[in-house]
Amino acid sequence: MSAATSTRQRLGRRAVNTVAGLGLLYVFLPIIVIVVFSFNDPVGKFNIEWQGFTLKHWADPFAEPELTRALWVSLRIAAVATVCATVLGSLIAVSLSRYDFRGRNGVNLFLVIPLTAPEIVLGSSLATLFIDRGVDFGYTTVIIAHIGFQVSFVAVTVRARIRGFDWTLEHAAMDLGATPMRAFWSITFPLILPGIAAAALLSFALSIDDFIITFFNAGSLLTFPLQIFGASRVKIPPQINVLATMLLMVSVSLMALGAAFGARRRKRHGVVAG
Amino acid sequence: MRLDHATKRYGDFTAVHEANFGITHGEFFSLLGPSGCGKTTILKMIAGFEQPTTGRVLIGGDDVSAVPPHKRNVNTVFQQYALFPHMSVADNVAFGPRNHKIPESEVATRVAEMLSVVRLADFAVRRPAQLSGGQQQRVALARALVNYPSALLLDEPLAALDLKLREAMQIELKRIQRDVGIAFVFVTHDQGEALTMSDRIAVMSQGRVEQIGSPTEIYRRPATLFVAGFIGSANLLPGTVASSDAVEVRVSLAAGATVTVPGSQVAAGADVSAGAKVTVMVRPEQFVASASPSHGDSIKSSVTDVVFQGASVRLVARTGDGAEVAAVVAGDADVSFLRPGAGVHFGWRADAPYVLSGWPAVAGATTTDVDRVEAAL
Repeated sequence: MSAATSTRQRLGRRAVNTVAGLGLLYVFLPIIVIVVFSFNDPVGKFNIEWQGFTLKHWADPFAEPELTRALWVSLRIAAVATVCATVLGSLIAVSLSRYDFRGRNGVNLFLVIPLTAPEIVLGSSLATLFIDRGVDFGYTTVIIAHIGFQVSFVAVTVRARIRGFDWTLEHAAMDLGATPMRAFWSITFPLILPGIAAAALLSFALSIDDFIITFFNAGSLLTFPLQIFGASRVKIPPQINVLATMLLMVSVSLMALGAAFGARRRKRHGVVAG
Repeated sequence: MRLDHATKRYGDFTAVHEANFGITHGEFFSLLGPSGCGKTTILKMIAGFEQPTTGRVLIGGDDVSAVPPHKRNVNTVFQQYALFPHMSVADNVAFGPRNHKIPESEVATRVAEMLSVVRLADFAVRRPAQLSGGQQQRVALARALVNYPSALLLDEPLAALDLKLREAMQIELKRIQRDVGIAFVFVTHDQGEALTMSDRIAVMSQGRVEQIGSPTEIYRRPATLFVAGFIGSANLLPGTVASSDAVEVRVSLAAGATVTVPGSQVAAGADVSAGAKVTVMVRPEQFVASASPSHGDSIKSSVTDVVFQGASVRLVARTGDGAEVAAVVAGDADVSFLRPGAGVHFGWRADAPYVLSGWPAVAGATTTDVDRVEAAL
């Protein structure tokens, strides 16, 4: 190999690394700003200019009552919607990967639509439906709307995770005297649980995060994102940054836990779906 | 245990046609045939994973055709073992007894007993992924046998093991079967495996049971051309009956010789009236090769291949009508006259040839043609 090519290769590698670094910076910079500004001591109502370091907002994260209330609303909606969507979505995923039934391709297609359709279409069409049926906007409508897109998300994620699952394990369990129910709960469920848990976590985050669909179907109910958006013209208190950073820390640590668990399972079980 | 005219259809496809046989207590029974012949479907009907379309499955005299698998007193060893990866070896083995609500103290005793039967007592706390293939295989056996089933069903359990281990496991399986004294129903496409282990073998082809018999019966007295070709290798020589009486049948072969076969060496039910199309089977080890025609019947051919195999020498030769035949002679025999292209006369003991009805799809030896060997697997 000549010196010229090796120099070119080195330059090429450096260029790739630089571009990748810039890309990551682009993704993470806004998040870093949010975290850093949770330690800012702003003058006035808008936490957008760096003034000085303080821990006082972390000492009192719930100082803004409307913001705190909105966070609770979001957490409650996410909890209920995620439980429903996880159960329904996992059942869909299991039946899709396990059984060959008439209409299976149709179900596969319909699953993708909520993931690919613009949120504004989903949100506005649901709102039209609710108005048409005379349903009052509030918790129920938001939860229904969230379940709507979460089911697809859970089903697609779980289906991907249990691809290649060895269904003869269930046969083996029944062969050993387990009822079909017991075969599912003692064999299949523990093995696919990590996949289901991962899907549930992600869809929980989607629910907390959702703005557009929620906006159409919330009525006067204010979720965390709606509250921040609505209040942002009047004030941007540092508590927004504190609560957002908390949410970020919770989700990052859950992901880390998941990865650690996954590594341990793979070591103990060999390669298993989920 | 018995299958009573059990037929299984999937749409237009008949996977099993009128299977009708019994399996007695304590016997090692093999279902042997190429893939897709219906042997695994029969096993699934016994286990309860499939229901016969028509006919019945009886276990211990009771009709269990509609009984689900978890209520049948038979257990299966699956092809890929299907061990539960999230459970220890001991918990895998204990799974069956716990389902049957057996007290935990007795479960522990039984598990320990079974693990020692399969020589895995030291591995109770391991996970399946930490075991070798042969060990996983034995866990699967222990997990099934710990339930004291009335029969154990094995679906090609040795297919995933390499050759040496497979041979050792064949002997081990036979030992375990003698120890526990229950019927083993063993599905395999490997005729050597079936011959080694079985008390009786059912040879299947395209959903039909072609013959049921002891290994020597199906090897020496195959009922059909399929069985003759599938079990071991055979030289199948087509011909027509020249004459026959109570003592012997004379067949003129397409290869250009006339063979006299004793009446006792005719397949049951074969038509040997003069002019009938028949096939004379001679096993390769029954051929006696010589440079000049010996007294008695023989066929003339020319050598195409001589393969030294240590204990034996395998000869491939071509007869006058172009059929390829094979012979196996002892490794220490003088075979110096057998060069490719040389003429050779194959003779045999008078009671060696065996007559079957019909003509084979391809005349000659059954295991020299790669495509046909492959098709049979």
